[in-house]
Amino acid sequence: MKSALRATGLKPPPKHAPKRLATTGDVVKLQRLMTHILVRPLTKDDGLQPTWIDGRPMTEVADEFIKPNDRLTAFDRLQLYNRMYWFRLIDIMHDDNPGLRAVLGDRKFTRLVEAYIAKYPSRSFTLRNLCERLPQFIREEPEWTAPHTALALAVTRFEWAQTVAFDGEQRPVLSPAAIARTPPGRLRLSLQPYVSLLALDFPVDDYVTAVKQRDALRTAASNTVDRARKLTRIKRVTKPRRRRIYVAVHRLENRLYYKRLERPAFLMLQAIAAGQALGAAVTAGGRRVKPEQVSGWFTSWMGLGWLCPRK
Amino acid sequence: MPANSFNGQTDYGIGIGLRVPHYAHILEKKPVVDWFEIISENFMVDGGRPLQVLDQIMEQYRVVQHGVSMYFGSADKPDRAHLKKLKALVKRTKTPWLSDHLCWGSVDGTYTHDLLPMPYTFASARRTAEKIRQIRDYLEVPICVENVSSYAEYHVSEMTEWEFLTEVVERADCGILLDVNNIYVSAKNHDFNPYDYLNGVPHHRVGQMHVAGHTKFEKYILDTHDHPVLDPVWQLYAHATKLCGVTATLLEWDDKIPSFQEVHDEALKANEYIDGAKAAKAPPKK
Ligand SMILES: [Fe+2]
Repeated sequence: MKSALRATGLKPPPKHAPKRLATTGDVVKLQRLMTHILVRPLTKDDGLQPTWIDGRPMTEVADEFIKPNDRLTAFDRLQLYNRMYWFRLIDIMHDDNPGLRAVLGDRKFTRLVEAYIAKYPSRSFTLRNLCERLPQFIREEPEWTAPHTALALAVTRFEWAQTVAFDGEQRPVLSPAAIARTPPGRLRLSLQPYVSLLALDFPVDDYVTAVKQRDALRTAASNTVDRARKLTRIKRVTKPRRRRIYVAVHRLENRLYYKRLERPAFLMLQAIAAGQALGAAVTAGGRRVKPEQVSGWFTSWMGLGWLCPRK
Repeated sequence: MPANSFNGQTDYGIGIGLRVPHYAHILEKKPVVDWFEIISENFMVDGGRPLQVLDQIMEQYRVVQHGVSMYFGSADKPDRAHLKKLKALVKRTKTPWLSDHLCWGSVDGTYTHDLLPMPYTFASARRTAEKIRQIRDYLEVPICVENVSSYAEYHVSEMTEWEFLTEVVERADCGILLDVNNIYVSAKNHDFNPYDYLNGVPHHRVGQMHVAGHTKFEKYILDTHDHPVLDPVWQLYAHATKLCGVTATLLEWDDKIPSFQEVHDEALKANEYIDGAKAAKAPPKK
């Protein structure tokens, strides 16, 4: 009973496929069995695993409930679905994580994704959320990203923040009048849900931007006649050195942006996001922060539309 | 069919799927297109660019929602949060009807994101029809269910696919989105006559049709949506139009997407077959 059974929420499959579908229970059994088969990791040759979790040959399990035809066995038919499942999800993760792919290389990236989806299959109707638990998985099973786990984690958190910034919720922004009306001690603000605040151990904003630019150049070059010459001229993107950064990933007029923050500004925004009153949030920035700095930051955040009243 | 209760009494012509690579062209050039089909899930988001684009498109065009994850055939109950988001989108787009597939794809809340074939049994037809009714009552919009392409069949099945489709839509009293390419693909994969399928479904329930391209392999055909429509599929489309009347038609092109113009031109080829079907049906001149 290997990785497929770790699938969160998916209950164990029946020992055998139901012979009749008389009740909803029978339908559930059939669907559970087939789902367990489809979400099983592929073999090295991208095939359906030859042995089922109970030790029986997979051909026997497939024959129990899938009809063959004169060209395809029941096993072949399930294998088609098994492959499509994995190829589809790997493709999506490939597109959503150019930075992580650059850190790991394509082969290692694919192995990570296979291990991740085997442990955390999709629990959402939309593929948009597929990478949501990837940072958590990288922390839980660092062996897939070693020796670059710290960088991989930083990049993955940054790339997920982009998904959130792309289509996350936007609440009505806070008006200056509302601020003026409420004493600072009682004013509770909130940060727009589409803004992610990240304290990262690597300057991955520059790194991911460079990777995306390189990928765009590669695509453009591969469409030209002298592609080989042009492709070799495109520079490699070197992995960044460890350096602490504070960055907000956000959007403005529906375009994605990253904004570096000074540490006190980051701490204040974090306190606001955590629901602290304005006075306490300002204190969270530390004693060395000057009042004119605070007012400058607030003006900028208000201008970006980051602040909203607490619900 | 032309206007019927399953497509909200509308009489839409030939449309294409709204896809990201065409956004800029559509918004800048505002080409004449009868209607766009949108993938509901792409716009069931809380904010940002997708909804902005959708609103801009809706200022100029009619849109119809097509879903890929309602899984009428999954034994799981419909997810409340999913339905709520879908209803919000239905209110935003005022879609005259809504379509999704006659398939299953999730169990115990785990999603395969695939359109998996149904076991064609009376029990599963009853369950599926009940689920369609519940969802329609909640969303308050007509529903058309689409036949999928499939690569496997079950021993437990008690009837043909078209009998199953008929059983479900009659019980649910809902419409059909007849995908003639899917019929062709499944007919080849399961060795049945696609014309038997077309002849066997309740034509008055067809509210919309899909055409698309597929890919042939040695032992099976895959529904890839990355090609122009193949001739046998157009022939099926012509026959379906003869049976059902001129029906809102949509070309699906989802992979290796060419220019907007190329996709739209391919879709408009449907007109030739519509004219042919009309001529064949017209009473002989005296
Ligand atoms: Fe379709």
